[in-house]
Amino acid sequence: MNAQEARAAAERTARASYGRLLALLAASTGDLAQAEDALSAAFEQALISWPSDGVPANPEAWLLTVARNRQRDSWKSAYNRAFAPLDTTGELGRDAMAADVVEVDVDAIADKRLELLFVCTHPAIDPAVRTPLMLQTVLGFDAARIGAVFNVPATAMAQRLVRAKKRIKEARIPFVVPSRQDMPGRLSAVLEAIYGCYAIAWVGEFLENGGVGDASDAGGVAAADDLRGEAHYRAMTLAQLLDNEAEAWGLAALIAFSLARVPGRLEPAEPGRDRRFRPLEEQDTALWDAALIADGDACLRRALPVAVPGRFQLEAAIQAVHCARARSGLTDWTALRTLYAALVAVAPSLGAQVALASVIGRVENPEAGLTAMGAIAAGEPAWVRAAVERFQPFHAARAELLARAGRTAEASAEFTAAAFMTHEPAVRHYLVNRAEIG
Amino acid sequence: MRYTLLLHYPEMDAASLSEEAMAEGQRAFASYAATLHQAGVLLGAEILQPSSNTTTLTLADGVLHVQDGPFADTKEQLGGTFVIEVLDLDAAVEWGWLAPSIEWGSVEVRPGALFTVDGAWRPNT
Repeated sequence: MNAQEARAAAERTARASYGRLLALLAASTGDLAQAEDALSAAFEQALISWPSDGVPANPEAWLLTVARNRQRDSWKSAYNRAFAPLDTTGELGRDAMAADVVEVDVDAIADKRLELLFVCTHPAIDPAVRTPLMLQTVLGFDAARIGAVFNVPATAMAQRLVRAKKRIKEARIPFVVPSRQDMPGRLSAVLEAIYGCYAIAWVGEFLENGGVGDASDAGGVAAADDLRGEAHYRAMTLAQLLDNEAEAWGLAALIAFSLARVPGRLEPAEPGRDRRFRPLEEQDTALWDAALIADGDACLRRALPVAVPGRFQLEAAIQAVHCARARSGLTDWTALRTLYAALVAVAPSLGAQVALASVIGRVENPEAGLTAMGAIAAGEPAWVRAAVERFQPFHAARAELLARAGRTAEASAEFTAAAFMTHEPAVRHYLVNRAEIG
Repeated sequence: MRYTLLLHYPEMDAASLSEEAMAEGQRAFASYAATLHQAGVLLGAEILQPSSNTTTLTLADGVLHVQDGPFADTKEQLGGTFVIEVLDLDAAVEWGWLAPSIEWGSVEVRPGALFTVDGAWRPNT
């Protein structure tokens, strides 16, 4: 085996097992920073040993053993530094002595990733740092890549993450899954954090297409690329681990459906011109990922038997209706209206309200949709009106309704307004084009 | 792991508190201390006299100052402390919710760093 193959094997293991190994290493000590150091030392050791010794039969077990030995070494030196005068030898070993047994059966050890997710989203952790902390500890992203997608300088992001990990260790936030009674409040924070991973991947989509940011944002592009896939993987894992939580399945379905449609967003590449944006209704469903749609359907079926569907289940159901066009060739607008009305009742975001108005315009007639849009724009209090003014989807959706109503001049003005608010060049180009047609 | 529950609340003068309310508060704190003790987590507790009875010492430019009253004259003052020994933050928070003063103030849950045994410092673990 050469160094390149060893590196590839280490990277595969890192991708598949980083969070699982880190969770195991940190759960018994509560010290995430030390567990990270130990695990990265183990990966470095792998790059040295594997090219000559070959990749071990169980790379995870190998890495866990090496990392646990590192942890023990660091306890020893910390112990020697800090507590040499005290006689507390019993404190030292904890369960790290088990690392002497090289044949660790990783699969036989309980998975601690769920515990780690709940630590990252603990109420005692600043909400703004929860998603970044999850990206770093569960997914193994470094502070620079996380900073790139959150538009925060790498050093500032690194400091926030260090502070959060210090707090977890020193205040002793426990690595436990909350009780059934505490689960509802705690679960939503975990789902929000995973959804955050997915949502910021769209920021990456803009970066990828050369929009905001500059050419040096390559880190952001790479991170966003990984993020989309990882958010999907993480949501699936969480749903499977929690098993009976409908909202977790809803989130997994939502991400699967949304991912499935990504290949259809832009026209296929042609030499000599940029890829053009295609709105949802004009997308070629043959480009959508059928396997991901099937995944989404399966997840949504798991989520269904619930009395009052939550936000993520409703958003997933909406995506399912759009994806169903790949099979039926038709969009069921009436079903969309019902779902959006339910979503507005459960989670009344501006985006959901605009989408509902837009769907009303399709089910009834464009003027009815425009009336609903007008009601949003006249909303109370004043900050809602100001937010509507700056909300690009509002202008884009209103422009579409005006065009369908035959109000050409007004439509043209709204398409122009929407174009100016768009960072993504392909979308801007599309909207400018629509403004010209009227 | 040792945590100190720091009870902060607005101070009420005895005159504005009815005897009944005072007695009720005392009963609640008696029961809270007994519960912590029975659970085997209570290391010590102190309810403080009003901050009007406190004396604050400062050293400014090498000169000792003795001040009548608290360091900072804020609406809420430190009114009492409970030192408990529990497994982790979640357990400490659970006990914090049960402090009677949560009804009229805030409870700060603060992990300890060092404590003394026979006059020598020990790390909190």
